[in-house]
Amino acid sequence: MEANITINKLKARFAESIVDAHSYRGDDTAIVKKEELLDIFIFLRDDKELLYNFMMDLTVVDYLGKEPRFEVVYHLYSLAYNRRVRIKTRVSESECSVDSIVSIWPSANWFEREAFDLYGIVFKGHPNLSRILLYDSFQGHPLRKDYPIKKRQPQIGPNNN
Amino acid sequence: MSDSAKDLHSEYMVINMGPSHPVTHGTVKFLLTLEGETIIDMKVDIGFLHRGFEKMCENGTWEQVMPYTDRLNYVSPLINNVGYALAVEKLVGIDVPERCKYIRVIASELSRISDHYTNIAAGAMEVGGFTAFLYFVEARELVWDLIEMLCGARVTSNYVRIGGVKSDLPDGFKDKTRDVFKKCRKLWADVNKLLTKNRIFIDRVRNVGIMPPDEAIAWGFTGPCLRACGIPYDVRKFHPYLVYDQMDFEVPVGEKGDNFDRYLVRMEEINQSMRIVEQALEKIPSGPINVNMPEYRWQSKEDISTRIESLIFHFKTVTEGIKPPPGEIYSAVEGANGELGFYLVSDGSGKPYKCRVRPPCFPLTAAMPKMVKGGFIADIVPTFDMINMIGGECDR
Repeated sequence: MEANITINKLKARFAESIVDAHSYRGDDTAIVKKEELLDIFIFLRDDKELLYNFMMDLTVVDYLGKEPRFEVVYHLYSLAYNRRVRIKTRVSESECSVDSIVSIWPSANWFEREAFDLYGIVFKGHPNLSRILLYDSFQGHPLRKDYPIKKRQPQIGPNNN
Repeated sequence: MSDSAKDLHSEYMVINMGPSHPVTHGTVKFLLTLEGETIIDMKVDIGFLHRGFEKMCENGTWEQVMPYTDRLNYVSPLINNVGYALAVEKLVGIDVPERCKYIRVIASELSRISDHYTNIAAGAMEVGGFTAFLYFVEARELVWDLIEMLCGARVTSNYVRIGGVKSDLPDGFKDKTRDVFKKCRKLWADVNKLLTKNRIFIDRVRNVGIMPPDEAIAWGFTGPCLRACGIPYDVRKFHPYLVYDQMDFEVPVGEKGDNFDRYLVRMEEINQSMRIVEQALEKIPSGPINVNMPEYRWQSKEDISTRIESLIFHFKTVTEGIKPPPGEIYSAVEGANGELGFYLVSDGSGKPYKCRVRPPCFPLTAAMPKMVKGGFIADIVPTFDMINMIGGECDR
């Protein structure tokens, strides 16, 4: 099927690394092992029949209570074939790290910083992994499901440091 | 350099531009390393307007997210409303009635027009074109009159609903639109004369902030900034949603990808959006504006008062929220700045498990250092204007 060419090619090339794949409401999704993430992304970007040249979005979902707890979600878009695909990889709470893809798409730079800021996922190999939306002395990662919505942060400022 | 100058001690100057600088009409801080007036390095610091959009969404019902989306890109809130509604509808599997689709197209395009007016007006003012600013703010005010007629508010519209819209087009909307567009076209022609061939304006924007097409793609550019590089990617054409596939409009592209091309692309998009609104007003069919699915869209007040099922569903959806089936979707619309994507995850409860926005100006702002390095400090002003960073959307 034309729509699933990405998934089929991925399965043929990285049979070992594809944990699961599905298509829901027209969105093709592949869940991959994080060890081969970089190879998979380079393949998706450079393969002549795929050419996923846009890294549109990167985010994390916290499935508190499940193991592995986090899912890092990438949305790719291929301008040449007008196709979208969603790649997900699961990250456990104890490890909490995944390879950075800034070397493949520079647009991932800020998205990864944001994911680190709000979820505390460490992107290995990122050139400047620091907080971006929040300030440096912020405690915790607010989009984690166990971060209480009414939690107060210590006051910052010249007299409180 | 003379010999005596070589021995002089010299070092780079590091200065803060922002967070509250007159020309950065979002709250953003640039940390600049300068040699004279030349920019050696630049760090962009955002997040001053962060208010925890996603956390708020996760703690409200699906419908309660709608007013929050107004405050993402607050210059074109209706597009955000439409984008979010379409995303939830994709998650549930709702197909809204034809008339509703047309109304949403009209609303989106009016919003896009006002966004481009604001952007060009502010951009012109900051490089010294104050008259152009006044003309386009007047035009924007006229478009806002239309939006006010439509939904009762000028900026925080909160007009679109999941499975429909709040209310139908008001009486006389078509005639009023015709009047407004007539005036707007005159103002557009004035601004076009004032800016497009103006030597002073061109000198400030031509060949400034250039982004080659391949790098623009790698940096995740979308919208007018990508089209200025010559790549005709427009979600309305590539993944037509609503009734854009039935509309006759063109996607303007630039050649060089500099600030002047971005300006020209936006100017032309104003015209194209007006064409879309006019076509939509001609073609709009009569019929219902809301989907008839009481478990997702409130029924009319009359039904709620007279029919028990409607009353029950009303009670359920108000107290618990609508309950999309578990699943995840990504849905994108063409925002005024580029691809505005929503990634939603539902666990089957009345609240979004995850409500992620892909803000179009976030990757654009990230590429600021790339675009201005090696240029003059004065080049920051037009470049930052033309990427149109909106704090509410970038920082969420």
